[in-house]
Amino acid sequence: MAKYLLLKHYRGAPAAVNDVPMDQWTPEEISAHVQYMNDFAARLEKTGEFVDGQALAPQGTWVRYDGEGRPPVTDGPFAETKDLIAGWMVIDVDSYDRAVELAGELSAAPGAGGRPIHEWLEVRPFLTAPPTITE
Amino acid sequence: MDEVLLRSLTPGVLAILVRRGADFAAAEDAVQDALVEALRVWAEDPPRDAKGWLVTVAWRKFLDATRADAARHRREDRVGEEPAPGPAPAVDDTLQLYFLCAHPSLTTASAVALTLRAVGGLTTRQIAEAYLVPEATMAQRISRAKRTLAGVRFDRPGDVATVLRVLYLVFNEGYSGDVDLAAEAIRLTRQLRASIDHPEAAGLLALMLLHHARRAARTAPDGSLVPLAEQDRGRWDTALIAEGVGILQAALARDRLGEYQAQAAIAALHADAPAAEETDWVQIVEWYDELVRLTDSPVVRLNRAVAVGEADGPRAGLAALAALDPSLPRHTAVAAYLHERDGDLVTAARLYAEAARQAPNLPERDHLTRRAARLNAGRRR
Repeated sequence: MAKYLLLKHYRGAPAAVNDVPMDQWTPEEISAHVQYMNDFAARLEKTGEFVDGQALAPQGTWVRYDGEGRPPVTDGPFAETKDLIAGWMVIDVDSYDRAVELAGELSAAPGAGGRPIHEWLEVRPFLTAPPTITE
Repeated sequence: MDEVLLRSLTPGVLAILVRRGADFAAAEDAVQDALVEALRVWAEDPPRDAKGWLVTVAWRKFLDATRADAARHRREDRVGEEPAPGPAPAVDDTLQLYFLCAHPSLTTASAVALTLRAVGGLTTRQIAEAYLVPEATMAQRISRAKRTLAGVRFDRPGDVATVLRVLYLVFNEGYSGDVDLAAEAIRLTRQLRASIDHPEAAGLLALMLLHHARRAARTAPDGSLVPLAEQDRGRWDTALIAEGVGILQAALARDRLGEYQAQAAIAALHADAPAAEETDWVQIVEWYDELVRLTDSPVVRLNRAVAVGEADGPRAGLAALAALDPSLPRHTAVAAYLHERDGDLVTAARLYAEAARQAPNLPERDHLTRRAARLNAGRRR
């Protein structure tokens, strides 16, 4: 088994096919979208492949160390749209192909007009524990 | 309370329930419930007859579950009275459990989880923690596996190779949590070897023991990996090595070579060298040739290239490597090492850095990054 992160972010990916911002959907379309995401997670739990899923608030604050005895420097919060991480799901699956298959299904979540968003998701493998036998 | 003793009783208890007529899936759930209860109450109030206690409690759990089920289905007549305890379970029952849990219809991950629970006696929570997934996910993975097995006969001989594969994975892949998966894999392989006379079961046990012997030397206090050549061999466990070598020799004498015996033979040759530079690489290459013949695995060919580099010099190793697909995992790391041995430090540093970016795990990545950094620092001086 291998863990993968399905990452929903807006950094460098081409625009989705059904690229209408969520605030211009109907309330029913939003409900249908949320229901799809919940059902997807529930289904993965049933198949024994679900690890975690979280959505993130768009406001991010930049923080860095500023030297001994000083409070950290902060910048923001910004509602940054160019570099937004909207959320993620972590899955534990038998193969890379299965991870891609599931990301494809997640990307089919309905948006405006009830049609799939075709959103680009990034699939990233987790680093694992080292194997004992290597020679 | 002795948790390992408790776990070792699991397959026997499960077999008794199945012999009394319980179906495997329901019996396995009942035994799991009994184990969880044992973990809860035995610390305060240990029973005199641990196995008898487990059988009684598991049977009661099974009847309760069946009654609840039957009530739902309005078929209460299905439930019989408690039968007399069956005859003492034969060793064969344990073997049948191994076969069932590693049934070829299961995915590897399901077979690993089910084996650890039904044969190993681990709780779902412990297995979930060992593989870093939520308990609910692991519970579903196990019940799904049991649904896949519905209808599979308990008394049919299974495939030893798939059982060995599952045990190998338990030993080799997992995280270090509360449960020591390597020790658990060794325990389960010992138990398997007691149930079946098969040279590869012995070979796998020997392989595990020989690698487990190096455990204390394998990581530095800061958690970083120590490569075989740099390990303090004084910290290798000589008792485990002696046991592993003894088991391996007896298996090899039967002249039915398999991949685990061949891998164990390589580990034994490393164990035999008092210092890295005294390693018998020529013999190790011969064993890799056997392994290539047995498995035809590209990963084995890659490891063989390393051994050739040690036996016949880095140029020979690089020539062996040139015949292999560069997209193989760790191909770049092996190339870096062979170039370093060949004195081409610029290429080696570049390849180590590239290998670090491709590394499948964090300790390996750190190790490769350090090697690149060391070569780069040496060149600046």
